[in-house]
Amino acid sequence: MSETILEIKNINRTYKDEDNIVEALKDINFSIKKGEFVSIIGSSGCGKTTLLRLIAGLDKAQSGEILLDGEKITAPDPKRGYVFQQGSLFEWLTVQNNIAAGLKARHIYKENKHKVAEYIDLIGLNGFEKAYPHQISGGMAQRVAIARALINDPEVLLLDEPMGALDSFTRADIQDKLLEIRKTNNATMILVTHDIDEALYLSDRIVIMTPRPGKISEVVDVAIPHPRHRGGTEFLAGRKKLLERFHLASAQPQPEYNI
Amino acid sequence: MSEIEKTTEGIKTKEKPDGFDKKFIWVILFTIVGFAAAIAANLLIPQISEDVKIEIYQVGSIYATMNNAYTWVLIALIVLYLGIGIFSAFKKERRKKYRSRAPFRFAVGIALALWDLLGTKLQTLPQPFFPGPAGIIEAFLIEGDYILQNTLYSLRLFSVGFLLGVVVGVGTGILIGWFPKVYYWVSPVLNITGVIPAVAWMPFALTLFPTPFSAAAFLIVICTWFPVASLTASGIKSTPKAKFEAARTLGGKTPYLVFHVAIPHAMPQIFTGIETANAFSFTTLVMAEMMGQPGGLGYYINASKVWSAYYKVFAAIVVMAVLFSLITWAVGLVKARVLRWQRGLLK
Repeated sequence: MSETILEIKNINRTYKDEDNIVEALKDINFSIKKGEFVSIIGSSGCGKTTLLRLIAGLDKAQSGEILLDGEKITAPDPKRGYVFQQGSLFEWLTVQNNIAAGLKARHIYKENKHKVAEYIDLIGLNGFEKAYPHQISGGMAQRVAIARALINDPEVLLLDEPMGALDSFTRADIQDKLLEIRKTNNATMILVTHDIDEALYLSDRIVIMTPRPGKISEVVDVAIPHPRHRGGTEFLAGRKKLLERFHLASAQPQPEYNI
Repeated sequence: MSEIEKTTEGIKTKEKPDGFDKKFIWVILFTIVGFAAAIAANLLIPQISEDVKIEIYQVGSIYATMNNAYTWVLIALIVLYLGIGIFSAFKKERRKKYRSRAPFRFAVGIALALWDLLGTKLQTLPQPFFPGPAGIIEAFLIEGDYILQNTLYSLRLFSVGFLLGVVVGVGTGILIGWFPKVYYWVSPVLNITGVIPAVAWMPFALTLFPTPFSAAAFLIVICTWFPVASLTASGIKSTPKAKFEAARTLGGKTPYLVFHVAIPHAMPQIFTGIETANAFSFTTLVMAEMMGQPGGLGYYINASKVWSAYYKVFAAIVVMAVLFSLITWAVGLVKARVLRWQRGLLK
């Protein structure tokens, strides 16, 4: 657990936006240990997705470097699986072929054919192997996207608000799925989200970012033991603490309601 | 797949189970009674106009007049619709489709009967421009094998030109869509030459190519190439960035991005291009054949017109209608197969 897998060193990223220079990320330093679940939260525009894209190799920083196992990240690689917000599945492929896409792209499909069925099992989509993306629900589609990234055995799984567009029941369902996967695969996961509950429910550490310029304002350790209960005392206390960080919780105690 | 379909259509099929519906016999009868009336009109009404000579032709070992042949065609239509009717009788969806077409088919039969009356029996329609249905069929009795020869010539010309045009069109479309440099240099050329009707190149093509066949094939290639190339290019260019990014994080390199992301994404538009090109190429085919080909249905129309044999012109038109419909239908089948992932998506 203590071995560092990912190091982010002095990252700066600016964008030119019609004459203005926007500092999307400023002096980001952070490292993640093997097997850790880290969430990055913050309001929109704080650069959390930019940071995740840099880790994926989909974007380049002006200065600084990101190291995976001591190796500098320059381009996308299946070692860093990426789950997008929505609509990244290939509509022209069935569920099973979407999951197999990574194996096919890397020309290792034949020797790994059996893995496709394993991952369909893992995400619980048996019976939907031959369905096309438009025939399944949004929650199912995101599970397929997760399996598609996982089949490459990534060292780090990058999750870019994968549950952002889902209803709260489906969201909770996928969150539990992620914890289950984490248990079995011992995968390192980095989740970008704007949902405090989600971050608290899943993470070992929560990175709080603030915008203009995008930087890390605080890193919070979450010590609540698994399995966590969304209504548990520790959880609610942690939630309140986080809300206060964002100045969202009122200082005055609210009257209690029976609901 | 089947499970999903069950969930969406299960309710419908449970309400009214499939099986033979006795009332449907009336629908089948209604469909074929029009054609039966056409047969009755041909057999029972005597030839009134004296300008029509009923000649006897030999087809293989059978001797037939144009009225015999016309009756056979009507019988064949009756057998066909009877067959489709029986085939459709056991499935609710098919019954619905058959039922919806019954009034039209009935009307076709009645129209044929009237046409036979006015075109052949009474000859009230201006002759020789508007022959009766039997007169058109007479063309096949006189020179059926010659019409077949010309049909095959057209088919061969079309196949060579159209298939080559699609291949070249998709190829250039991919290059234009993928490489910005190719887009810069080629797309203006495509846009300017694309609006020129392909047949305008005919004199040029005839001198440049060794045979009239290859010259006409070239014209069909050109007219197919333009819509296919421009729609392929736009399909490739419109591929969302997220799809490419997803493919790259999965380990896909450039060939994978082109062949497994951009092209499949462009496929619906490629087929829109192919269908447009299909319609264009029929026009080009017939016009090219009318302008200096040694054969083909267009050539046959021209040759028949010179002798005022308008019934032969109509015969060629009927063959075209059937041939081009079959080709369009075949293209549709290929499209449905390739784009099966879209089924249920657009409706």
